[in-house]
Amino acid sequence: MPNAVEVRNLKAWFGKAEALHGINMAVEQNHATAVIGPSGCGKSTFVRCLNRMHETIPEAKADGEVKIGGMDIYGVPAVEVRRKVGMVFQKPNPFPTMSIYDNVAAGLKLNGTRNRKTLDEVVERSLQQAALWEEVKDLLKKKSGASLSGGQQQRLCIARALAVNPEVMLMDEPASALDPISTAKIEDLIFELKQKLTIVIVTHNMQQASRVAEYTGFFLMGNLVEFDKTEKIFTNPSDKRTEDYITGRFG
Amino acid sequence: MGAVPERRISEPGSARGFDHPDMKMGTSETPEISLVSTARKAPGWQRSIFNLDNGFRAVMLLAALSVLAIVALIVIELLQRSALAWHAFGLRFFVSSAWDPVSGEYGAVPFIYGTLVSSLIALIMAVPLAIAVAVFVTEMCPQPLRKPIGYATELLAAIPSVIYGLWAMFILVPLFRVYIQPWCMKYLGWSGLFDGPPYGVGMFTAGTVLAIMIIPIISSITREVLSVVPQHQREAALALGATRWEMIRVAVLRNARAGIVGAIILGLGRALGETIAVTMVIGNNPQIARSLLAPGYTMASVIANEFAEAPDDLYRSALMQVGLALFIVTIVVNILAGLMVWTVTRGSPTRSHA
Amino acid sequence: MPSRYLQLRRQLTDKFFTGLAAGLSVIVISALIAIFAYLVLKGAGSVNWDFFTQIQKPVGEAGGGMANGIVGSIMILVIASCMGVPVGIGAGVYLAEFGRGRLRHLVRFTADVLNGVPSIVIGMVAWSLVVVQQRHFSAFAGGVALAIMMIPTVCRATEEMLLLVPQAVREAAFGLGIPQWRTTLSIILPTARAGIVTGVMLAFARVAGETAPLLFTAFGNQFWNLRPTEPIAAMPLQIYTYALSPYDEWHRQAWAGALVLVALIVGTTTLVRFVFLRRMVGGAR
Repeated sequence: MPNAVEVRNLKAWFGKAEALHGINMAVEQNHATAVIGPSGCGKSTFVRCLNRMHETIPEAKADGEVKIGGMDIYGVPAVEVRRKVGMVFQKPNPFPTMSIYDNVAAGLKLNGTRNRKTLDEVVERSLQQAALWEEVKDLLKKKSGASLSGGQQQRLCIARALAVNPEVMLMDEPASALDPISTAKIEDLIFELKQKLTIVIVTHNMQQASRVAEYTGFFLMGNLVEFDKTEKIFTNPSDKRTEDYITGRFG
Repeated sequence: MGAVPERRISEPGSARGFDHPDMKMGTSETPEISLVSTARKAPGWQRSIFNLDNGFRAVMLLAALSVLAIVALIVIELLQRSALAWHAFGLRFFVSSAWDPVSGEYGAVPFIYGTLVSSLIALIMAVPLAIAVAVFVTEMCPQPLRKPIGYATELLAAIPSVIYGLWAMFILVPLFRVYIQPWCMKYLGWSGLFDGPPYGVGMFTAGTVLAIMIIPIISSITREVLSVVPQHQREAALALGATRWEMIRVAVLRNARAGIVGAIILGLGRALGETIAVTMVIGNNPQIARSLLAPGYTMASVIANEFAEAPDDLYRSALMQVGLALFIVTIVVNILAGLMVWTVTRGSPTRSHA
Repeated sequence: MPSRYLQLRRQLTDKFFTGLAAGLSVIVISALIAIFAYLVLKGAGSVNWDFFTQIQKPVGEAGGGMANGIVGSIMILVIASCMGVPVGIGAGVYLAEFGRGRLRHLVRFTADVLNGVPSIVIGMVAWSLVVVQQRHFSAFAGGVALAIMMIPTVCRATEEMLLLVPQAVREAAFGLGIPQWRTTLSIILPTARAGIVTGVMLAFARVAGETAPLLFTAFGNQFWNLRPTEPIAAMPLQIYTYALSPYDEWHRQAWAGALVLVALIVGTTTLVRFVFLRRMVGGAR
């Protein structure tokens, strides 16, 4: 299977400060890959480079080669990259002025889909994939996106991202603002979603990484220190720094 | 120890009405702290300080109450002085077009019409421009240009009304008379809105000057409500693959809707009360004409022109009644606007824009 | 997969609206430039020593100036400030330090309402309150009208500046046993002084250019007058009268007056904005 994401020598800057120092990584298709590391190590920056969100920050730059499903993301307009790569943020951010239905359909409508039937189908499918359908199916057009609970909002954001049929889903600490029950639901979701698409999940929770991801990459101060099967990282890491982190000596 | 006050969280306060957005510097995030007043009987020397404290507080209270008193006085004086006209004409005043000082017949319709139409024209022209500037400066403009353009727009607000009038009289009016009005008559005459000799002065010209004058207010409030939209909303739209304009449309403008409407209504309030610049270019003719090129008369203009020399009480009273109507209309409009802006900015500290 | 055509259309729409916003912004800036350019063009030539020292000459004679208007404006503004600034600051202090509950909301709301009242209405009310009682127009009446207009701006500025002073400062003073009146006067107000001065200057600049409230209060005066109880000339009034007159010579004076007035007002506003606000907002953080 070709790799879903291939990263070669990715560097990123905030102004003059280099935040990522040449990352090389290959993410396997239909698997979940976790990105762990202490605060400020560059894991969020790395992931945001994958859908070219990093460059939306003023004075931010990125350089290197990134291929998503074989496509060079710097060779096409950013808009196209972001259609292929979905993103879920740390804090749920549904559009408050839109209904649940409109939130999920937002991405589709932007891409020109007007057909009522198609929209209905995709909205239902996405909400089901996000395990939210049963809870909101009667309230689709009546409730606004922001009137749901935190966990539900996050699943709504996942549904919204799923609706445009991405190949890769980036998740930047998706459960860190949620309670344990919602977190568990999201983790279950990741298990399901893995079968259809590739997931890259940033997490500061090592237990979560070991629960959901087959592969894990450990970042430290802008470098990818180690990247391997999750099992190996957590039981028998090759690099001392990795071992120090996972045993809690720092972080 | 003397009595100590309770603190209150400062509300962002209605950000409208003040011509200098410099003063809208963001809220103070003073936390609410309740310092309980200890009211026990104090010994002699402390009692005199008590009195000073109370005295000080009383003086400040007096100042605050003066504000209330002033507005009350405004209402009272307007009501009192217009009573004569009210008794003479009643509600007829607001539906009659007669304005004849000689026979003592007064009706305010031409002025109401003039005020509304000129303000409407101003809004139609100003709103797209003001919102465009606000969106451009907040979302699109390259960083180094933001402050200068923002500042330049606000500079427009600092120019006094009489100077707008002067400029409009000698620069805009000839322009309209020679180029713009004939052009309108030729190409837009089919609409019936552009008939009549091109005087240069008229409703259209007045509306144009008004438009320039209200752009800064609409623009600066819009900029504020746009900058309050959280960054994560923009990111959500971008991550879905939106182009920048789509992101602005879906995440920014949509979220700031209520505030933008508030800004527009505020601009309307300003346009309704504007006197001097309008008086200088509207032609001062109390007629109701379909053509926008025809001269007109606004409520504020008739007061400005005729009040000082009104020879009899009924005349003055009628003008006072026009003033009362103007007062009520602008108050209502401003309150409405303030409410709308408040619902958007309440609670969130405004990013300082400049 | 969405078509190439659609993607192209989305890109074009994006570019179109960006261009539109930029273009409209250019129009707005052009208006500003046009106004300033003509002011300079038409007025610069007539701003001379005479302008500042002479009063208007009779019709038909060339020369003359707006000296009486300048002096008159200053007098009216001084009178207005004496009334408006203390009341404004006092109300601001009340709102920030003492206000509670409904009265506070009411005063705030009323101040905002007052700010939105059209200036011509305020002029009429000042006429009704002062001119009618005194039976003549006067600089004092003009001062009253402008004072009413200054109050909301000064009040809002004072309140906001005082609220920016951290509560910790007050607590430290109270903890030392300093009574509230002393704290406010000697500690809090001086801390917020720069901001309050800013507010006062902005209010000043705003009312300095007002014409409508003076139409039936100060009324204007062709000649020298230094008595506050008589009608008096004011720059905005003179510009207004000269502009509406049929004489070219007076038009020339109007432009000169306009240039000087704008220079003063815009100069004050700019000074305030760049010097005071920048320093102060930075310091308050």
